Amino acid sequence: MVYFILKRMVQSVFVMLAVAFLAFSLFRFVGDPITQMTGVETSVEDQERLREELGLNDPFVYQFARFTGDMLKGDFGFSYRTRQPVADMIADRIPATLELGVVALIISLLVGVPAGVYTALKPRGVLTQTILMTTLVGVSIPTFVIGIMLIFIFGVQLGWLPTFGRGGTVQIGGWESSLFTIDGWRALLLPAITLGVYQLTLTMRLVRAEMMEVMRSDYIRFAMARGVPMGRLHYKHALANTLVPVITIIGLQFGGVIAFSIVTESVFQWPGMGLLFLESIRFVDIPVMGVYLVVIAFFFVLVNLVVDLLYVAIDPRLRIRDVQ
Amino acid sequence: MIDFVKKYEGLWLFVHSPAAIVAAIVAAVILLGAVFAPWIALVNPYDLASFSLFDGLLPPAWLDGANPKYLLGTDDQGRDMISSILYGARLSLVIGLSALTIAAVLGVGLGLAAGYYGGRFDAVVMRIADVQLALPAILTALLIDGIARGILPAAIQQDLRVAVLTLAIALSLWVNFARTARASTFVQMNKEYVQAAIMMGQHPLRVMFVHILPNILGPLLVIMTVDLASAILLEATLSFLGIGLPADSPSLGTLIRIGMQFLLSGEWWILWIPTLFLVMLVVSINILGDFLRDVFNPRLR
Repeated sequence: MVYFILKRMVQSVFVMLAVAFLAFSLFRFVGDPITQMTGVETSVEDQERLREELGLNDPFVYQFARFTGDMLKGDFGFSYRTRQPVADMIADRIPATLELGVVALIISLLVGVPAGVYTALKPRGVLTQTILMTTLVGVSIPTFVIGIMLIFIFGVQLGWLPTFGRGGTVQIGGWESSLFTIDGWRALLLPAITLGVYQLTLTMRLVRAEMMEVMRSDYIRFAMARGVPMGRLHYKHALANTLVPVITIIGLQFGGVIAFSIVTESVFQWPGMGLLFLESIRFVDIPVMGVYLVVIAFFFVLVNLVVDLLYVAIDPRLRIRDVQ
Repeated sequence: MIDFVKKYEGLWLFVHSPAAIVAAIVAAVILLGAVFAPWIALVNPYDLASFSLFDGLLPPAWLDGANPKYLLGTDDQGRDMISSILYGARLSLVIGLSALTIAAVLGVGLGLAAGYYGGRFDAVVMRIADVQLALPAILTALLIDGIARGILPAAIQQDLRVAVLTLAIALSLWVNFARTARASTFVQMNKEYVQAAIMMGQHPLRVMFVHILPNILGPLLVIMTVDLASAILLEATLSFLGIGLPADSPSLGTLIRIGMQFLLSGEWWILWIPTLFLVMLVVSINILGDFLRDVFNPRLR
């Protein structure tokens, strides 16, 4: 158990190092940092002096080590565009993206898991066929079109919900949250649904496939033969065994949620990290792009580590294997 | 003989699947329209002289105040919607198909070699594929685009937009091909005909491309259809985000981005007609992909 966790942690450290290397290469080799920092009037001597001062003439490995060390200390450098510390810029945007992503994930699970179970248990029902057809079309409609459609229906035609921004936010210890005001929830609803729809179809398809597989297995047939009540059979015996894959997809989907949040944030002008990333691409703001990657990778690694620990908690077989 | 039955069976399934027929017709109509756009389009959206501001914001032909000349209406510049969409679909398909071709050549080549040689080469290719797979395609494409902006001199950047976009999409899609080709190659490697070819001392490239490749085409074809839909969606998304193509050479995604400005006004057709075309194109390609998967994977039937 301890060995398993340690092994995963070491792996995570290597992943983070790889991503940090990518960010460093971006910063070092895409365009010249000195040209970005200085104006046209700066003399060549001054440029060279700055280059020496910043340590850009040092050996490559040494530079990378210093870059990683600075990151560990929370020093992420300065944006080329706004001249502000990148750490502050990203930190300001993290709450918006995380709240959006988590609410989207919850929506996709709350709807996707029951829908998956239902379509697996009643494969020939009319409702099942309707749901399956809808998801096929749903997968084919790009995220941004779903966003535009929701804005058009609920924002423009019905006028029920706001179509951009975060609405009312509350400061809680430096965390700007929109979860504590009705206004904030109203603003959150459409972006979260937009972001959740694609994940929802994935969750549903996976739960359905998994559930159908489990229902065919011997122990379920045996339980059926023994006369275990259907409700208990479906929800205790069968569903419990589909939980492991469901947990897995939460981990995997997190990457998708973050990636598609770039699109969703753009459609709804949601002031999160994705919007910042898009702006930084447009202005070739390399430090922000690099740090965005590192932060995303960090969350990704963290979520997957938690998922691995959850496996052990959910699946008793993993614990036994470890003892042996 | 077996090949003949297989082909015949596919055709039989096709005739008996109304969804696949409709999807094929829709895809074919859009494809033909895109190919022949310069000859059938009313105006050339890239040529400022061929349309007039006086024809701006005309609604589709079935509404009041329309000019029957413009069947689906015009945008604020006076461009005929049908012409814009035909040219837009043309650009979307050109980018999608070229990206797909690059991704397929790269992915199948690497996958075949990984399956054939195995060992360390296989391990390296698959590690790269794993890392790539952890990064969602959109993020990869955005990153490549951002890097290209940083590296290329500003003067040639506008001219290279299409190439950069194509490459960004191709590099985010090659993994599917590589993994599928590798897995299928592994299966073929144990077959006698491959062993015989190797034993006869044939060149590895010949074994890979002449002997193995024809036998793993089925699953690759399925990936191709599914990934064509992904490529078109990716291009549309990037153009919608304003990262893809500039507004003067609009693809379907750019048209939708332009149409967004009219979301709050009454001119709904400028937004919704390109959107409808994009969705129809992608849905029909996806349905065809599902159909092909069923044909090549009889167990799922």
